[in-house]
Amino acid sequence: MNTLTFTPPGKKDSGDSVVNGVDLSVNFAGIKAPNPFWLASAPPTDKAYNVVRAYEAGWGGVVWKTLGEEPPAVNVSSRYSAHYGKNREVIGFNNIELITDRSLEINLKEITQVKKDWPDRALIVSIMVPCNEEAWAYILPLVEATGADGIELNLGCPHGMPERGMGAAVGQNPDLIEKVTYWCKKHYSKPVIVKLTPNITDIRVGAQAALRGGADAVSLINTINSITSIDLDNMVAKPTVGHQSTHGGYCGSAVKPIAMNMVAEIARDPATPTLPISGIGGISTWRDAAEFIALGAGSVQVCTAAMLNGFRIVEEMKDGLSRWMAEKGYDSIEAFSRKAIPQTTDWKHLDINFKTIAKIDQDLCIECGRCYIACEDTSHQSIAKLTEQDGARRYEVIEEECVGCNLCQITCPVDNCITMVPQETGQPFLAWDNDPRNPFRVAS
Amino acid sequence: MTSPLNHLPSAKEVGTYDPDTLASNFSDLHPPLTHRQAMIESQRCLYCFDAPCVEACPSDIDIPSFIRQISENNINGAAETILEANILGGSCARVCPTEILCERSCVRNHDAECQPVLIGLLQRHATDHMQFDGHPFKRATSTGSHVAVVGAGPAGLSCAHRLAMLGHQVTIFEAEQKPGGLNEYGIARYKMTDDFARKEVEFLLEIGGIEIQYGQRLGANLELATLHNQYDSVFLSLGLGASRALGLTGEQAPGLMPAVDYIKVLRQTDDLGSLAVAKRCIVIGAGNTAIDMATQMARLGATEVTLVYRRGVEAMSATDHEQEIAKANGVRMVTWAQPDEILLDDQVRVTGMRFAKTHDQAGRLTPTGETFEIAADAVFTAIGQGFEGASLSDTTAAELARDGERIHVNEMFQTSLPNVYAGGDCVKPGQDLTVQAVQHGKLAAHAIHQALVAKQEAA
Ligand SMILES: Cc1cc2nc3c(=O)[nH]c(=O)nc-3n(C[C@H](O)[C@H](O)[C@H](O)COP(=O)(O)OP(=O)(O)OC[C@H]3O[C@@H](n4cnc5c(N)ncnc54)[C@H](O)[C@@H]3O)c2cc1C
Ligand SMILES: Cc1cc2nc3c(=O)[nH]c(=O)nc-3n(C[C@H](O)[C@H](O)[C@H](O)COP(=O)(O)O)c2cc1C
Ligand code: SF4
Ligand code: SF4
Ligand code: SF4
Repeated sequence: MNTLTFTPPGKKDSGDSVVNGVDLSVNFAGIKAPNPFWLASAPPTDKAYNVVRAYEAGWGGVVWKTLGEEPPAVNVSSRYSAHYGKNREVIGFNNIELITDRSLEINLKEITQVKKDWPDRALIVSIMVPCNEEAWAYILPLVEATGADGIELNLGCPHGMPERGMGAAVGQNPDLIEKVTYWCKKHYSKPVIVKLTPNITDIRVGAQAALRGGADAVSLINTINSITSIDLDNMVAKPTVGHQSTHGGYCGSAVKPIAMNMVAEIARDPATPTLPISGIGGISTWRDAAEFIALGAGSVQVCTAAMLNGFRIVEEMKDGLSRWMAEKGYDSIEAFSRKAIPQTTDWKHLDINFKTIAKIDQDLCIECGRCYIACEDTSHQSIAKLTEQDGARRYEVIEEECVGCNLCQITCPVDNCITMVPQETGQPFLAWDNDPRNPFRVAS
Repeated sequence: MTSPLNHLPSAKEVGTYDPDTLASNFSDLHPPLTHRQAMIESQRCLYCFDAPCVEACPSDIDIPSFIRQISENNINGAAETILEANILGGSCARVCPTEILCERSCVRNHDAECQPVLIGLLQRHATDHMQFDGHPFKRATSTGSHVAVVGAGPAGLSCAHRLAMLGHQVTIFEAEQKPGGLNEYGIARYKMTDDFARKEVEFLLEIGGIEIQYGQRLGANLELATLHNQYDSVFLSLGLGASRALGLTGEQAPGLMPAVDYIKVLRQTDDLGSLAVAKRCIVIGAGNTAIDMATQMARLGATEVTLVYRRGVEAMSATDHEQEIAKANGVRMVTWAQPDEILLDDQVRVTGMRFAKTHDQAGRLTPTGETFEIAADAVFTAIGQGFEGASLSDTTAAELARDGERIHVNEMFQTSLPNVYAGGDCVKPGQDLTVQAVQHGKLAAHAIHQALVAKQEAA
C-alpha cells in the first residue's frame, strides 16, 4: 500500500485516557480501561471485526457477544423491531436474537488475538451455558486461556434461551444465580460480573444472590420482555417471522429510567453497599452515562445507541463527559460516582413541609395554552387564562392553588419558561415518618 | 379574449422561454410537501389550546386537530376535519395568504423560532391525499325546501354544499359555462395547477342534491323576482365582476386592458405559447391582482415589467410575501406615481404611460407637479374590482339595500329583501379572499336553514 497516512497534530489516540485534560480511566472490579464507555454484549461485539473497529473508534472496553455450548445457537430471520416516536426517532428497540451463532472455537481464537493486539482495553467475555457445574467447568478454562480480563454471566436474556433452561430462567431464581456465580469463581480466576435481568419484582434480590455467590460485580439491565408494535393489517406483532411473532427484549432510550432505578436500588441497598455496578440500559449520550455513574455505576455499557448510530458516538460521549467533569472539578470517574445516592431516598423520608410553586416567565411564554389546559383538565385548576388589552393571551399561576406538581413545566414547549420556585414556608423539615397526620407515625 | 393585445407577439414568438421552461414557470409556486416532510412539519405543531391560529382562520378550521391527525398518519381524518369547516379547503390551502392569516398567528412565530408551522401546506397535504370511498359527508333527510344560489364561485359552492348537507335541494345559476368563479378564472395559474378548481367542484357536487345551470345571468336572462317566487330562499354570490377603469382618454386603445381579463384567458388556455406577451409592460395597482399579473407576465417572457402604485410600499394591500414573489421574478416596483396620460402612437396603440409623481400632504395624496414616462407595449389595470351593476338591474333586484356599491347584509347574511341572502365578495365587509367567501357561504347556509326550519315548524 502506498497510501500516505498521517496523524494530524493534536489528534488523540483512540486509547488515550486523558481527554480535554481529564482522566477518564477506570478500574472496575479490578478490570482496567482507558474510559468507562464499554460496548454491551450484543451484535456490536459479535466478532473481532466489530470489536477492533470499536476500539479504533475509542471505546474503553467491550463485553464480547455471549458464548454458549456447542452447537451454536441458530437465529431466525427478521430479528428487530422498534417503538418509534412520531418523527420516526427510535424510542425503544426490541430483538429476538439469541446468543452467538458462531462456533466457540472461532470466538475463542478471535478473543485471544484481539486481547493480544489491544492490551490496554477491557475485554470481557459474556457466557451462558446450562445450569450444571460440568458445563461451566468445561468452558471457563477455555475462556481463561484467551487472556480476557474477566467474564460476565448472561443470566438475563428474556427470549429463546429461557426455553433452554438458561438466561432469564436462571436470573429469575436467586438460588441459581448464587450457585452459578459460585461455580464461576471456583473455575475461573479473574473478575466475575453477573448480568442481571430486569424481568423480576425486586432487583436487589438478584444482586444479593450474586454477592453471596462471590461475584466481583454486577451489570444491569439486560433487556425487558416486550412487544413493540402490531401490524394491524395482518394482526401480527413485529418483528414478523413468516406469519408469526414472539415477544422480544426491550432496550434503548425508553428503558433508561427503569435501568437507573434498578442501579440506584442496588447502590442504596445496605446488603450490597460496595458491590461494583456496570450500568446498562438506554445510554446514548454522555449525560446518560454521567447520570448512571452518579447513581453508582463504575462503568457503563452501550448497545442500542451504537447499533443505531455506529461506533463514532463514543467520541462525543468522551468529549462531553470530560468537558463537564472539568467544569465541575471532578478529576476522575470515581470522584462523582455515587454522588447522587445520598439524596436518593424512600418516599417516607421526604420533607412534607417543602413547598414549590410554578412561575411563568411572561417574556418567554409563547401563549400556547398547554399549561392551562393541562392544569385545568387534569390537575389543580391553578393557571388562570387572561386576556390582555391588546387581545394577547396571558397565563398566570394562581399561587394559592398550585401544589407544585411540575405538570405545567413538563408540558410547556419552551425551555425555562416555567420554573418551579421553592417557597419559604418558615416550617421545619418534617418527614412523613414523624408527621402527626401519619397514623403509623414513629413517635419522635 | 385578449383582443386588445392582438398586435403583440405571442410567448412563443417572444421566445424568452422554451416550452418546457414556460410550462415549469406555471407549475406549483409552492410545491406540495412529501409525506415525510408533512410528518416532520406536523410534529412542529404544539397542539395549542384555544389555538390562536384557529382564531385567525376565517373559516374556523380546527387546525391543531387536523395537524395532529396528520402526525398520526390519519389523513382521511385530517381531511374531514378541514372540509367540515371549509369544503374548499383544498383551494384555500393553495391560495390563502397564510402569512397574514393562520400562520401569522402561530405561536411558533415567537422570537426564539420565528418560523410558523406551515399550516397551508399541511392542509394541502391532507386534502391532496385523502381517499374516501364515496363523499365523506352525508345528507340529512330531505327538508323538501329548494334554494336558489346565484353564482358558482367559492361563496355559492360553499353555501350550496352546506345546504345540501342540511337536507335542502339546491339549484345554482351561473353566468359562465364553468363553475368555480375566480378559482377557475382569476387565481394565479401557478397557485392552482392541474385543473384543481374543476376537480374540487366535482368532489363537492358528489354530495348530491345540487344542480348547476350554466349560462344563466341575473340581470340578463334571469330575474330576481322569478327566483324569489319559485324558491324558498335565494343566496346571491355574484362576486365582483367589473374592473375599475382609470378614467383617462385612450382607455379603449389596443395595448390597454384590465388584468383580470388577461388572467382569465391565461387560466383557460391549453397553450401558454399562444398567449400575447408585452415584452415591456406596466401594471397599475397594488393588490394581489396586480402582483399576480406582473409576475405571470414576467413568467411568460416579458423582460421589463413595472408595477406602479400611487402610494408607498407600506400602503400596498399585497402582502410582503406576494411582493417578494414579484421582486423575485424581476418585477420593478415604482411607488408614489399615478397615471396621468396614456401615450399612444400614430395608430392609436399604447406606447407607454406618463405618470404624475405624488406625495402625501397632511394625509392627502397630491401630485408634486413632476411627471415622468415609462415606455411599454401594454398597460394592465388592476386598481380594484367593482360590483357589476347590471346583475342587479331588474326591478326586484334594484330594491336591494346597498353598502356603497355592494349588497348590504346583516350578520345573518340577510339582505333587505325577505328570504334573500348574500355573501362573498359582493357584500361588505371584509377582505376579498376565497376563504372568506367560503365562510360566508357556510354561515349563510346555516342562517337559511334555521329560517326554513322555523318556517316549517310554524306551519
Ligand atoms: C386576480 C385575482 C387573484 C386573486 N387571488 C387570490 C388569492 O391568491 N387568494 C385569495 O384568497 N383570494 C384571491 N382573490 C380573491 C378571491 O378570488 C375572491 O375573494 C373569491 O373568489 C370570492 O368568491 P365569490 O364566490 O364571492 O366570487 P367569485 O369567485 O367572483 O364568483 C362569483 C361567481 O358568480 C358568477 N356571476 C357573477 N355575476 C353573475 C350574474 N349576474 N348571474 C349569475 N352568475 C354570476 C361568476 O361568473 C362567478 O362564477 C383573487 C381575486 C382576483 C381577481
Ligand atoms: C440485538 C441484541 C442482542 C443482544 N444480545 C445479548 C447477548 O447476547 N448477551 C447479553 O448479555 N445481552 C444481549 N443484549 C442486551 C444488551 O447487552 C443490553 O443489556 C441491552 O440492550 C440494554 O442496553 P441498551 O439500552 O444500551 O441497548 C442484546 C441486545 C440486543 C439489542
Ligand atoms: S405552556 Fe409555556 S409557553 Fe405555553 S402558555 Fe403555558 S407558560 Fe406559556
Ligand atoms: S383555510 Fe386558509 S387561513 Fe384557514 S387554515 Fe387553511 S390555509 Fe389557513
Ligand atoms: S398556533 Fe401553531 S403550534 Fe399552535 S396549534 Fe396552531 S399551528 Fe399548531
